[in-house]
Amino acid sequence: MTILTTPLHASHVRLGAKLVDFAGWDMPIHYGSQIEEHHAVRRDAGMFDVSHMLGIDLSGPAATPYLRNLLANDVTKLVLPGRALYSCLLNEQGGVIDDLIVYYFTPGHYRIVVNAGTAEKDLAWMEARTAGYDVRLTSRRDLALIAVQGPNARTKFWHAYPASRAASEALIPFQAAFDGDWLIARTGYTGEDGFEIAVPAAQAAGVWAQLHSAGVAPCGLGCRDTLRLEAGMNLYGQDMDETVSPLEAGLAWTLALKDERDFIGKAALLAQQPTRQLTGLLLKERGVLRAHQAVRTARGNGEITSGSFSPTLQQGIALARLPAAVAAGETVDVDIRGKLHPAKVVKPPFVRNGKILVS
Amino acid sequence: MNVPATLKYAKSHEWARLEADGTVSIGITDHAQEALGDIVFLELPEAGRTLKAGEECAVVESVKAASDIYAPVSGTVIATNQAAVDAPETINSDAYAAWLFKLKPKDGALCSAELAALLDAAAYTQVAGSE
Repeated sequence: MTILTTPLHASHVRLGAKLVDFAGWDMPIHYGSQIEEHHAVRRDAGMFDVSHMLGIDLSGPAATPYLRNLLANDVTKLVLPGRALYSCLLNEQGGVIDDLIVYYFTPGHYRIVVNAGTAEKDLAWMEARTAGYDVRLTSRRDLALIAVQGPNARTKFWHAYPASRAASEALIPFQAAFDGDWLIARTGYTGEDGFEIAVPAAQAAGVWAQLHSAGVAPCGLGCRDTLRLEAGMNLYGQDMDETVSPLEAGLAWTLALKDERDFIGKAALLAQQPTRQLTGLLLKERGVLRAHQAVRTARGNGEITSGSFSPTLQQGIALARLPAAVAAGETVDVDIRGKLHPAKVVKPPFVRNGKILVS
Repeated sequence: MNVPATLKYAKSHEWARLEADGTVSIGITDHAQEALGDIVFLELPEAGRTLKAGEECAVVESVKAASDIYAPVSGTVIATNQAAVDAPETINSDAYAAWLFKLKPKDGALCSAELAALLDAAAYTQVAGSE
C-alpha cells in the first residue's frame, strides 16, 4: 500500500521532521525533541498538521434529524452557529465506531471531523445510514487542517493573520466561524486554548510558514499524544473501539440518554450494566507506564489503555480500564516487565491550561 | 552519524569501551538515542550481578518506547551511572559520555575474544545505516 501524504508533507521534510507511518499517513512524530514540543504547547504556542483527519460536510433538509439518529450526543444542544460538539459514533451493540467533532452551521449544514484511521469506515457507515434522510455527505480531502495550540496560540495566530482577528476573536471554546474560505475553530486535542484551522490544501504550506515566522513551534504527533493524555482525552483505537462501550471508556458525559430521542446504539447502552471504568493512574515511583500493562487491584484486574511519561508532571501517567468498584485515591499495582509497581488512581484530566490538577 | 573509531559496537546498538584498568564501560550508541527520541528513564543492573555476553540486563525508556539493553561482553557489574539515571536526557545530548554501567571481566582472554567479536566503527555504521 502506498503511504499517504498531507499537503504539508514537503514542509515537514524541509524542517527535518522524523516521519512515521500513522494510520497509513507519512506524518511527523517530532522535529527534534518531542518533550520540547510538548512544553512549547503547554507554555507558549505550537502547531500540528492534522490534515490526515477527514472533514465531511453534511448538507440537506434532513441533516439535523439524520445526526440525531446517527450520533450518541445530541446536535440540538448546538444553538449558536458554529458551535461544536464531541460525540461517539456507535454501532447497534453500543460499541464505538469512532469519536468525532461535529460543527453546526445551519439546521441543513454541518461539518463532521473524524479520525484518519477510521475515515473510510466512518464514511461507509454514514452513507449506509442516509436511507430515508434527504442529506448529502461530501468528503473534504481538498482541505488541510492545522491545529495551533497553547496559551499564546490565538495571539500568535492573529499576529500572523491580523485580518482574521475580526472573524475569530469573539469565538468561545467549541465554536467555529468561516473567514473567507477558511474555517477557524476554537477546538483542539491538547488541553490548551487555540484554534484548529481548515484551509484549502493549496494554501496550507503558506499558512504553516507564516505561523512559523510568527513564533509558533512546529510540533509532531508524538507530543500531541502526551498532551492529550495529560488532558485526559481518549485516543480512538487505544482507549476505546468497537468492542468497548462508551460507559466503560469514560465517555458517559458525551451520551445524551435522558430524553425520548432514539439513536443507533441507545437500546444497547440502556441495557448495559458497566462493570469497568476508565480511570487515570499516576505511577508513584520513577518510570514510564505503557499501553497493555496489566493492573492488579484488590477488586480485580485491569489494563492500561494509554500510558506514557508526562513531561509536565515528570512522572509516568496512564489511562487504565479497571473494575468499576476501584475508587480514586486508591493504590493499585502495575506490572512493568514482571515486577509490580504502585500507582495511584486519579480522576483525569492530569493537566489543563498549563496547570497540574492531580497529585 | 556519530560512531567513534575508538569503541566497539553490538548489533543491538550498545557501545563498549575497554578502560585502562581492564574494566569495560557500556552505553548506547548515538544512532540508538536518535531512534529512541527523548530518553526519560533507565533501569540498570544491580552492582554485583554477573552477566554473560548477550544477556538482557537493562532498559532504556524514551517517551516513545522501551528498549532492552544487552551486555556486549561478560562480566560482573561494578558500577552504574547514577548521574545518567538522574538525568537520562544526557544520553540524548552525548550518548558516548553518558555510560550506563561498567563490567569487570572475570577472564581477560575471554573478554578480549568477546570484544574482538563485536563490530568496529565501520561495520556498525553499515548496520545502523541499513536500518
